Amino acid sequence: MSQRTSSNRRLTWIWLLLMALTLLTYAVSKSPYSGAWVVMLLLVTVFIKGHWIIADFMELRHAGLLWRVLAHGWIILVSAGILIAYLMGL
Amino acid sequence: MREGGASPPCFTMNSTVKQSEITTRYHLPGDFAIWVFIFAELLVFGVFFLSYAFYRASHVEMFNMYQDTLDRESGAINTLLLITSSYFVVRAVSAIKSGDARRCVNWLAAALAGGGGFLVIKSLEFADKFSHGISLGTNTFYMFYLSMTFFHFMHVILGMIILAAVLFKARAGGYSAEEYTGVETGASYWHMVDLVWIVLFPLVYVIR
Repeated sequence: MSQRTSSNRRLTWIWLLLMALTLLTYAVSKSPYSGAWVVMLLLVTVFIKGHWIIADFMELRHAGLLWRVLAHGWIILVSAGILIAYLMGL
Repeated sequence: MREGGASPPCFTMNSTVKQSEITTRYHLPGDFAIWVFIFAELLVFGVFFLSYAFYRASHVEMFNMYQDTLDRESGAINTLLLITSSYFVVRAVSAIKSGDARRCVNWLAAALAGGGGFLVIKSLEFADKFSHGISLGTNTFYMFYLSMTFFHFMHVILGMIILAAVLFKARAGGYSAEEYTGVETGASYWHMVDLVWIVLFPLVYVIR
């Protein structure tokens, strides 16, 4: 029972951090800043959020290697692809 | 039978031990089939996202210009709603694992409210675009924006139908601390809907 409580506390923190990263993304969208470094920062936050959703919300942390590779591979490939495409457009 | 007559039981015993080791070490939440479905969906959305990103690379000015017409507040609020709704589903799974079906139902209802909020805000956003005469044929940016967000919108609806089905079964006492695969199955699909949106929001509304 106490294990479940501590797990819930951890998940609540993750939820709050996901909210904070979303507000950061929104703040960037309203700021005059843009360019490669800003996009890289945004994509790092996408990766971090994706990692928490995959590992903790979806609970793939406890799944077999194949599932973890597929899910993390997806978020890495998509983020990297977006970054490459952005750099190509500069 | 051959002399191996004694070996099959021996083999079965070994494999049983291995199977139990695997089940305790690894756990794929929910039904196996939902994961095949989830990864098929992720693949489709991934192709959508990369098509947008690479098409944009050769039409940067046009994409930046029309991206400016998007409602970033709606996009951000919807991100917060989906993340919060996902968190409520996490708590629903946790509740049923503790055998508390009533709390599981309450968390699921809260998650559905979050999904409903998303649909309302997104509908208002669509209505605003349509009232300005914007459609799939207006230009390539709007084609991507409308088709990707509408495709996602349909997934939010499907996710809510699944969560509602889980909620009704939970309310009827269909899940317990021992058997909660259905709750995990619905939860996993709902997290996928969230995961896709946390890429879609920065990609379409923010990155410029």
